[in-house]
Amino acid sequence: MNTELLERVRERLAGEGREAALAHGLLAVQLPRDALLDTVRVLKESFGFDLFLDVTAVDWPEREARFDVVFHFYSTRDHVRVRLKTAVTEVDPEVDSLVPLYGSAAFMERECHDMYGIRFRGNADLRPILLYEGFEGHPLRKDYPKDREQPLVRYRE
Amino acid sequence: MNPGHEKTGAFEYLTTRKDELVGWARKFSIFPYPFVTACCAMEFMSVSSTMYDTDRFGAALPRFSPRQSDLMMVVGTITHKQAPILKKVYEQMCEPKWVMAFGVCATSGGFYQNYAALQGIDRIIPVDVYIPGCPPRPESVIDGIMQLQDKIANARHPIVNEKF
Repeated sequence: MNTELLERVRERLAGEGREAALAHGLLAVQLPRDALLDTVRVLKESFGFDLFLDVTAVDWPEREARFDVVFHFYSTRDHVRVRLKTAVTEVDPEVDSLVPLYGSAAFMERECHDMYGIRFRGNADLRPILLYEGFEGHPLRKDYPKDREQPLVRYRE
Repeated sequence: MNPGHEKTGAFEYLTTRKDELVGWARKFSIFPYPFVTACCAMEFMSVSSTMYDTDRFGAALPRFSPRQSDLMMVVGTITHKQAPILKKVYEQMCEPKWVMAFGVCATSGGFYQNYAALQGIDRIIPVDVYIPGCPPRPESVIDGIMQLQDKIANARHPIVNEKF
């Protein structure tokens, strides 16, 4: 693995007092919400992370900043991954959209919006992609009832 | 001529119930509609192959229009998002029609006990035969077809559809 590149990325990103941990060929960086778009632009344009792998969220119900929004990036040239995490609160679960940098972000952000309710500022199309119109709530939040069903077709009998 | 040797009429006949006659014909004339959504499709392909020869039961020709079929095989998981489509396709089938729940996902949702999966297709359409298995073996499917044949043979077959 090209940990040399990840070390350079770590030095660049950790310069502003952020936590950056390098383990098992993956660099994980925790950063403030406002720095997300600029950091991703640096990753893409200066370090060649040309593939946006995934965006998802983690629900920590006991925490004030309840959700971690987690992004994964990959360099197809150097074969290394970077994980970016940023914390958002339940009352304002919003981060910048990465659609200006990666076209595929448009679809992955829709899934994260479906499942966790994270809003992506700048993504003009946040329609349901796996769920359906009329679905109430966000099923991957930990307070969503496990056995709740929202059928579109009325049951028989 | 000897009047004692008058021949009886050449016509011979037998009697049966109309329902038995029609049922016998229908049970060997099943056109399956594969409503295939998930990995049970692999097993549907197996049971449709020459090794298992469902033409022995008159049920080998899949039709890919609901209007040309009378047995809907629901093969795989049905989500709530998919449920209106399944119901609409079922309503497009002509009478008489039967439904086979192929595998545990169509029967009960299988191991998908979650926000998205329909817990059994019999919640929205009537099911005639349930086939267990994840996925079911071809022998289980053939057993299901034979049970459906018994059901058809013993059912009533009205000339005028009583549901209209």
